[in-house]
Amino acid sequence: MATTPVLPGGFELPLEPRLPRLGSVDAVALEERAAALATRSIKREAKVFALDLAIRMMDLTTLEGADTPGKVAALSSKGIRPDPSDPNIPSVAAICVYPNLVPYALERTRGTSVKVAAVATAFPSGQSPIDVKLAEVRDVVDAGAHEVDMVIDRGAFLSGRYAQVYDEIVRVKEICAGHAHLKVILETGELGTYDNVRRASLLAIAGGADFIKTSTGKLPTSATLPVALCMLEVIRDVHEETGRVVGMKVAGGIRQSKQAVQFLVQVHETLGLAWLTPDRYRIGASTLLNDVLMQIRKERTGRYQNPDYFTVD
Amino acid sequence: MSERLPVQKTYKLYIGGAFPRSESGRTYVAEGANAARASRKDLRDAVRIARQAGGAWWGMTAYNRGQVLYRIAEMMEKRQSELAALCTGPDEVAAAIDRVVWYAGWADKLAQVIGSANPVAGPYFNFTVPEPTGVIGILAPEPPLLGLVSRLSPVIVGGNTAVVIASEAHPLVAIELAECLATADVPPGVVNILTGLRGELSPVLASHMDVSALDLAGADGDSAELEKLGAENVKRIVHGRADAQSPYDIAAFLELKTVWHPTGM
Repeated sequence: MATTPVLPGGFELPLEPRLPRLGSVDAVALEERAAALATRSIKREAKVFALDLAIRMMDLTTLEGADTPGKVAALSSKGIRPDPSDPNIPSVAAICVYPNLVPYALERTRGTSVKVAAVATAFPSGQSPIDVKLAEVRDVVDAGAHEVDMVIDRGAFLSGRYAQVYDEIVRVKEICAGHAHLKVILETGELGTYDNVRRASLLAIAGGADFIKTSTGKLPTSATLPVALCMLEVIRDVHEETGRVVGMKVAGGIRQSKQAVQFLVQVHETLGLAWLTPDRYRIGASTLLNDVLMQIRKERTGRYQNPDYFTVD
Repeated sequence: MSERLPVQKTYKLYIGGAFPRSESGRTYVAEGANAARASRKDLRDAVRIARQAGGAWWGMTAYNRGQVLYRIAEMMEKRQSELAALCTGPDEVAAAIDRVVWYAGWADKLAQVIGSANPVAGPYFNFTVPEPTGVIGILAPEPPLLGLVSRLSPVIVGGNTAVVIASEAHPLVAIELAECLATADVPPGVVNILTGLRGELSPVLASHMDVSALDLAGADGDSAELEKLGAENVKRIVHGRADAQSPYDIAAFLELKTVWHPTGM
């Protein structure tokens, strides 16, 4: 069916005239497929595997105005050892915080497998001068963050200034290169259409993103199954065409184990086992972790659980 | 013209103020009808909803809670014949209605009778106030209506919420009662009624870590095993009687909180 290549002639500029020709996404089919995949029944051993994987892929996140060094330290400890009563529970992939709190997260996670990710570029809106954004990225990289979650300028994207969005990603990538992994947040809830999600995904990948990420988590509509599937298909197309490996992060609104498992099913169906690793797929969440822990303990003990028996973060 | 076909009633579960079928889609034959056969997931959902409903129910004034109970009696009064057809008869229905009214009156008297103001040796005063225990799991005893009402009323009048497993042999009247509850301003989730197989549901209820107490009134013989399951999170275990009517049946599901208050400073 796809007669035109996804990225004709590679990634070189100018992108602007090319982007409108990237083809359109069949919204009905996409939503149907996402809904169909969500009905898969994952039980027992497969469920335990998926839940364990979900923890290993989790970016345990706190992005609030009220964040304090103490809260970040507590969250980091929880990320390292999510269930103090069960040593078989793995650590999460990363702790995701605001730039000012990076040192506290680093201090607590030193010597563990847990990475520290920082949001940057005027998170969550991205509506600041480019110098300010770049300075912020430089700061978090200098502070030692392993991963940078940048937001794209949706204002520029929606008004058709794709080159500006692309340039920003490229310049942020220059700073990160060799020091930190770059995740590009598209904030799909503000992009409006699946076509835009696809365009923005390609733009981010072309700009050098190591990961593309659905949302900031600051909007009521965040990571939905069809949007995630749409982005995974972009990653698949790019991989098939160029061999380049791009990771995916879903974030925002994923609070229950069941949802996490649904997202993992999508990944497995779209990209295969190779992407079922924390190096290529992440789940950004805060309340999800306790729900996963409750589900795991339920599978182990056969008893339905009570949130009061789990640590707060 | 052909004769009119009467519309048959489907007996479903009562969870969160709604009447869903079992998520498993299963039914079992009881009293010549198909009753919903609740699954462990239905029970899990019921407990979660009961837990959520607890705060608002306890937050209502005691007087208001009493009014809601009285309203249940009003609704039952209007449905006497339907209820009577599904239990042992009009006498049982009358006794059940009277029991609800009796407990309704206790709502705003509990703190005075069960609580206390305690003089202590020191510049303090000390109050003991009854508070609800939380989510109470009830195995309803026979007779199907009076037994259920006798165990349910003392639980909810104290501000608790309930997950009830109805009589396995006679489940229909419990769902008929649920229709009274649904129209009696009982907030959704305060009472949840499941019908199904006791042997399947009781252990899940007894082992659920978010159930605070169990009333094993309807457990016949297997209560030791259920008590053992309940021990994991130290559930309060009550062996209620189907014919009991006493403020101590309310007190069994209350926790006494004592507050110290400095005086004379």
